[in-house]
Amino acid sequence: MAAKSATKSVEQGRNLRPFYANHTPEQLKEALRRMWLVRRFEEMAEESYIRGLTHGTMHLSIGQEASAVGICLELTDKDYITSTHRGHGHCIGKGAEVKYMFAEFFGKEEGYCRGRGGSMHIADPATGNLGANGIVGGGLPLATGAALAIKKRGSKDVAVCFFGDGANNEGAFHESLNIAAVWKLPVIYVCENNQYGMSVSTERSTAVKDVATRAAAYNMPGVIVDGNSIADVNEAMTAAMERARNGEGPTLIECKTYRTRGHSRSDRNRYRSKEEIESWKGKDPIPAFEDELMALGILTQADVEGVRAGVEKDIQDGFDFATKGTNPEPSSLLRGVYTTGDAA
Amino acid sequence: MSENVRELSFSGAVQEALAVAMENDPRVFLMGEDIGVYGGAFQVTGDLVHRFGEDRVMDTPISELGGAGVAVGAAVAGARPVYEFQFSDFASLAMEQIVNQAAKMRFMLGGKVSVPVVFRMPCGSGTGAAAQHSQSLEAWFGHVPGLKVVEAATPEDAKGLLLAAIEDPDPVLVFEHKLLYKIKGHVPEGHYTTPIGKALVRRQGKDATVVAAAIMVHKALEAAEVLAGEGIDIEVIDLRTIRPIDTATIIESVKKTTRLACVYEGVKTLGIGAEISALIAESEAFDYLDAPIMRLGGAESPIPYSPILEKAAVPQTDDIVAGLRNLVKGRI
Repeated sequence: MAAKSATKSVEQGRNLRPFYANHTPEQLKEALRRMWLVRRFEEMAEESYIRGLTHGTMHLSIGQEASAVGICLELTDKDYITSTHRGHGHCIGKGAEVKYMFAEFFGKEEGYCRGRGGSMHIADPATGNLGANGIVGGGLPLATGAALAIKKRGSKDVAVCFFGDGANNEGAFHESLNIAAVWKLPVIYVCENNQYGMSVSTERSTAVKDVATRAAAYNMPGVIVDGNSIADVNEAMTAAMERARNGEGPTLIECKTYRTRGHSRSDRNRYRSKEEIESWKGKDPIPAFEDELMALGILTQADVEGVRAGVEKDIQDGFDFATKGTNPEPSSLLRGVYTTGDAA
Repeated sequence: MSENVRELSFSGAVQEALAVAMENDPRVFLMGEDIGVYGGAFQVTGDLVHRFGEDRVMDTPISELGGAGVAVGAAVAGARPVYEFQFSDFASLAMEQIVNQAAKMRFMLGGKVSVPVVFRMPCGSGTGAAAQHSQSLEAWFGHVPGLKVVEAATPEDAKGLLLAAIEDPDPVLVFEHKLLYKIKGHVPEGHYTTPIGKALVRRQGKDATVVAAAIMVHKALEAAEVLAGEGIDIEVIDLRTIRPIDTATIIESVKKTTRLACVYEGVKTLGIGAEISALIAESEAFDYLDAPIMRLGGAESPIPYSPILEKAAVPQTDDIVAGLRNLVKGRI
């Protein structure tokens, strides 16, 4: 997606904030499209679950689309991401196609992981997406290691580690951020603070008010942004990218956000109030972005409707593709356990 | 002639494997605690930092979860890291990244990535280091599909297995028994590999088969020499790879000798010997058995500090002699 070109960006000289000034209308429209894709993918996934078309569980990021897309907007296929159990947004932000995601959901061979991973492990290594992770904090050392590999080959790519507020209390957080800072690795830690680790609020779980303040312990910048504003997220990301590429090391970005759905399918929302959830629904990042794009004259109402219609078609096509997918053969169970002896 | 008898210590052979790997492949690098100018807790990396520089012989913080996990991430992203645990016991701090990430990533991602990471695991008792620095945890890792586990008994295999592990596309844990670091033996020069998944018959015999690994191979060979004086002829199999286990070699041997003893330093219950016993019990070799299978494993206790107790906690040569004598003559 990345590769912003200043030449065709939204007209200069209007005192636009950098996010709007430095991206072309096409790029901004694509960002909006991906936010809608995340939203609609998850709504369709939820519906599929309710209709009994999928099993297992899923973790929805509805309400958090701005951070996933705002971060990934700057990345190319050579940049890496690691994601979380709540990772559909990161996946689509990084450029995944929803038809292969649906296929993974339905446990089909056509899925990104040939049906072996499911919702919690969707990945697309070919585009630098090293995968969602079922272990809270599991991606922190992995992204740090990917950044070490980047540094060793001397390229200007970066690794992005998405994680939640829950992971910031895991030991992996401390160890990874310390190593990245000591070795000045090109990694950007993106904490999506949706305020609850399953049912326990950050207030009850975390000794500091803001996760970003912990960056001081690792001698790296800690930036707090409105995670529901794609512009805020993206501008922090741009600065972190520049720092990483200049060899100055990692940055911790904390996106303050909220998941309007429960933790997973088993959640009965007993730990928070309806009023709280409703108040956050009023801060939905997608309509906010649409309004801003239209207010700035970057997109028209017709453009926006066109984006939504295109997304609906992609979702329906992807869903249809997946339902017609191939079930894995039981005899193929051991494929992928090892590389050696694997029948590709 | 002189080339054939070139001798190196076990630790020297490991170091040579690391050097050969780094010379042959610029993607290979080492990570670990105090492996740089200190030379490693057991002086295995020695002066490699002076030959290859700090970018390829990287001292990490004391941070096993982070260090091992960074190695896994680097491997997924195209590097060839070799991570040294100062003691294999400390891998317990990094289990998440080894067991949940490295072992499963290829499978979970539908076979679309490989994780070519190597973990070096100095293990075993006999150094007076007590309970948290003396364990033999091979069986833990052998229980995890996606991992490979190897363990050499000789300097030659220490080099060959490590080079095979580094060139392997999958995660490999290389256990090194600390008491073997100083033993000497013939080590070919240059590059060669010892195949992963192949056991080796170290001594031919007809009365009973001993399956052992690492230091227990040496103890079993000593025991076999003693018993040879009594007219008992023992076959000794050096397992070399714990996972995937070389079932064919073991089955073949037991069919010939009709008796099986499993000798291992790890705790006896639910250990390597249980697996080998079971695979024989399930195989056609079962019908050939002339005696019940015997397991000689570590005691059901942590490794103690007292040298007297420490010796009592793992099978010694005398225990193996007595056990095998009983196995061959005591029954049937």
